[in-house]
Amino acid sequence: MNGEKPRSALDVSKLPTVAFGHTNVSLLGNVFYMTIEGTMFAMVIATYLFLRTRSTEWPPGDHMPPALRYGMINAVVFIVSVLPARWIKMRAVEQAREKVQLGLMVLSAFGVVAMVFRVLEFGTLNCRWSDNAYASCLWVVLGLHSGHLITEWIETVTLLAISFTGRMRGMTFADASINSDYWYFVVATALLLDLVIYGTARWF
Amino acid sequence: MPVQTTARLTDSELHERLERTWGHPKGVWGWFSNVHHTAIGIRFMVTAFIFFLLGGILAAVMRTQLAFPENNVLGPDRYNQFFSVHGSTMIFLFAVPMMFQGFGVYLVPLMCGARNIAFPRLNAFSYYIYVGGGLLLWIGLLLNVGVDTGWFSYVPLSGPQFTPGKRADFWAQMITFTEVSALGVAVCIATTILRYRAPGMTLNRMPILLWEKLVVSIAVIFAMPAVMVASSLLLLDRLVGTQFFNPAEGGDVLLYQHLFWFFAHPDVYIIFLPGTSIVSTLVAVYTRRHIFGYTPIVISMIATAFLGFSVWVHHMFATGLPPLGENFFTTATLMIVIPTAAQFFCWLATMWNGKLQFKLPMLWLFGFLFVFLIGGLSGVMLASVPVDLQVHDTYFLIAHLHYVLIGGAVFPMFAGIYHWFPKITGKFLNEALGKIQFWLFFVGFNVTFFTMHFLGLRGMPRRIYTYAPELHWSGLNLLASSGAVFMAVGTLVFLWNVGSSLYGGAIADINPWAAGSLEWGVPSPPPSYNFLYIPTVNGREALWSAVANQPVVTGLRTDIQEMLVTHSLDSEPQYREETAGASIWPFLTAVAVSAAFVGSIFTAWAVPIGAVPVTIALIAWLWPRGSSSTSKRATALEPLAYER
Repeated sequence: MNGEKPRSALDVSKLPTVAFGHTNVSLLGNVFYMTIEGTMFAMVIATYLFLRTRSTEWPPGDHMPPALRYGMINAVVFIVSVLPARWIKMRAVEQAREKVQLGLMVLSAFGVVAMVFRVLEFGTLNCRWSDNAYASCLWVVLGLHSGHLITEWIETVTLLAISFTGRMRGMTFADASINSDYWYFVVATALLLDLVIYGTARWF
Repeated sequence: MPVQTTARLTDSELHERLERTWGHPKGVWGWFSNVHHTAIGIRFMVTAFIFFLLGGILAAVMRTQLAFPENNVLGPDRYNQFFSVHGSTMIFLFAVPMMFQGFGVYLVPLMCGARNIAFPRLNAFSYYIYVGGGLLLWIGLLLNVGVDTGWFSYVPLSGPQFTPGKRADFWAQMITFTEVSALGVAVCIATTILRYRAPGMTLNRMPILLWEKLVVSIAVIFAMPAVMVASSLLLLDRLVGTQFFNPAEGGDVLLYQHLFWFFAHPDVYIIFLPGTSIVSTLVAVYTRRHIFGYTPIVISMIATAFLGFSVWVHHMFATGLPPLGENFFTTATLMIVIPTAAQFFCWLATMWNGKLQFKLPMLWLFGFLFVFLIGGLSGVMLASVPVDLQVHDTYFLIAHLHYVLIGGAVFPMFAGIYHWFPKITGKFLNEALGKIQFWLFFVGFNVTFFTMHFLGLRGMPRRIYTYAPELHWSGLNLLASSGAVFMAVGTLVFLWNVGSSLYGGAIADINPWAAGSLEWGVPSPPPSYNFLYIPTVNGREALWSAVANQPVVTGLRTDIQEMLVTHSLDSEPQYREETAGASIWPFLTAVAVSAAFVGSIFTAWAVPIGAVPVTIALIAWLWPRGSSSTSKRATALEPLAYER
């Protein structure tokens, strides 16, 4: 390559430096991680259903099924939380810092509420993790999701903190948008796990 | 995109600018901060090879023990630890990290025409966390806390009732470390392949090695979570008294086997497919022609990975399955022969019409074809339930798995090392020493492991630390052990070859093998920025199909680490993205995560307490920098900072 001679070139200098949606590289990475975590959820649900086949009664012994109240309230909290997450996505594309900041505040608040109800959910599972395999499954399924909820909440709060520093520009807006996509994943898995935890103990 | 002719900076000016931006950080702090894929890829390979040597030392001691009946080099407890750590090391710390992570991290960005891997900090973190897992297992062995329940640590043997103490916990947590690493690298590699390919490198023009890395990454993403769940549930049973595997409380021991093998059988292909792609790559180079049957080979790799998820129960034939289950999993296992055989025939057809160059890598390829064929044939035998039941847990199985794994991984690994060593180091390995190593290793391997087929058929079970002379296994065992001596000497010759070549080997130029993939278009070893100009691609062998004035990409900034993102399918340029640069935080995060993991072996409180430093480290890792990237990106771009 002789630098003095002109040669054919594909000039990319006019291409944008920020991308949203499926064009964004980080979204693909997140999709892969959601697939990994989705597979983990699938494995613990498979574990739960496999152990169900090993018992004639479910819940086994004297256990009552998990109480519905807090789980159902939390399901509603999760469903409504999709609205601020969606709001953040729309405002992030516009790179409207203050609106995104407001959305992140609301979403963080929903996260706190969901975590509080999650603690109450653990208290009303009507079993302790060491009672039997059924109880162990319930605690691990709910525990695994709680780990995701906490992680996602920390990420949301971190983005919120960044938005106050004046560093929320360009790709950080794209990160806020992807954070909402991950929030959807947390909501979807929460509802699926509700079916497993609260449904299977009652229906079969 | 418009193609236009431009006057540019001279090459030396551009080199200087790129070196300033992409140059590897210096010093001890810099070493731990480096996130460039060439540095991390070499570390993966070197570390995995060290574990290969350590695992080999254990094997050598075990063969010494078994060379004679009623030998007392090792006692039963130490022997249990040795075979368990040997197996765990070779699978989790050598085979996958070398064949997938090592070769993948180093080669994929270079073959794509990219300046770095996607998510370079995640990639660096994955390396350190892998080292953490390896240290955990081996420090455990040195402290007499080495796992002694086999490399798959079945319950109930590994459960709290039959293995008190911490040996099984060390193993289970090592699994978590290594799988977090493999999953992280899988995300990095798959994203790099899908989004950082050079313009023109459509999916249909991707080198077969990139196809394989994409397929294997996806297999890793679906397979590894199963073993993480298995090992985590085992840890919970042992640490906090959950009942997953306790039949007295509604648990089930076979659940563990299902979860483990749902990972471990696809893992065989996660180890083996990288070997086949090395073969496909090298066969084309050393026959001076395009690979025969590109499309069938790609489809075969996808089919192998897919079918790999439907055969796990063939490891459980001896557990008593319903006949329908036995038939299904036998059939699925036999079906794997079809795509594998298709690849074999494509390689043979390539060689048939090619201009064969008998360089050293080809010698290892022929070794692979011979050894893996035997391993595949004994695999067909084992797919049959009656045969499997007869030889279950005997040395026949040990022979089979070593033919498959050493044939499928170690032979292609050496072929790959001899092929890419000049690119990685700028030096050639010595051809004569390489041939001596090959024959020592090849003969030694077959003497050791072919013999084991007969030991198995004579009823010698695996995992026994000694045997009585009247069982008539002595002669064959001595023969097997003598073969191991040849393998060990062969490996020492290789180490000598590497050492002497690094210091006094012949200098390699850019493309000594006249190969066609993009990594052979950059200097040996590659500079810190990989490509002076991001190339464009016209065909499957990019360098072979390049025209005289092949266009290059211009317009990327040189003052920040900027990469070109292209479309997943047709590799059309989409946007320019600044990637994460050097940082100490991936290393510190790995240290914090390791501390939490190790702590959780002893107390569940390590998880919430350990989460605090992990969170702090992660936030520091991801916190956007204020100076170069975000601020400059938002303002007017400095014209001189461009490549033009």
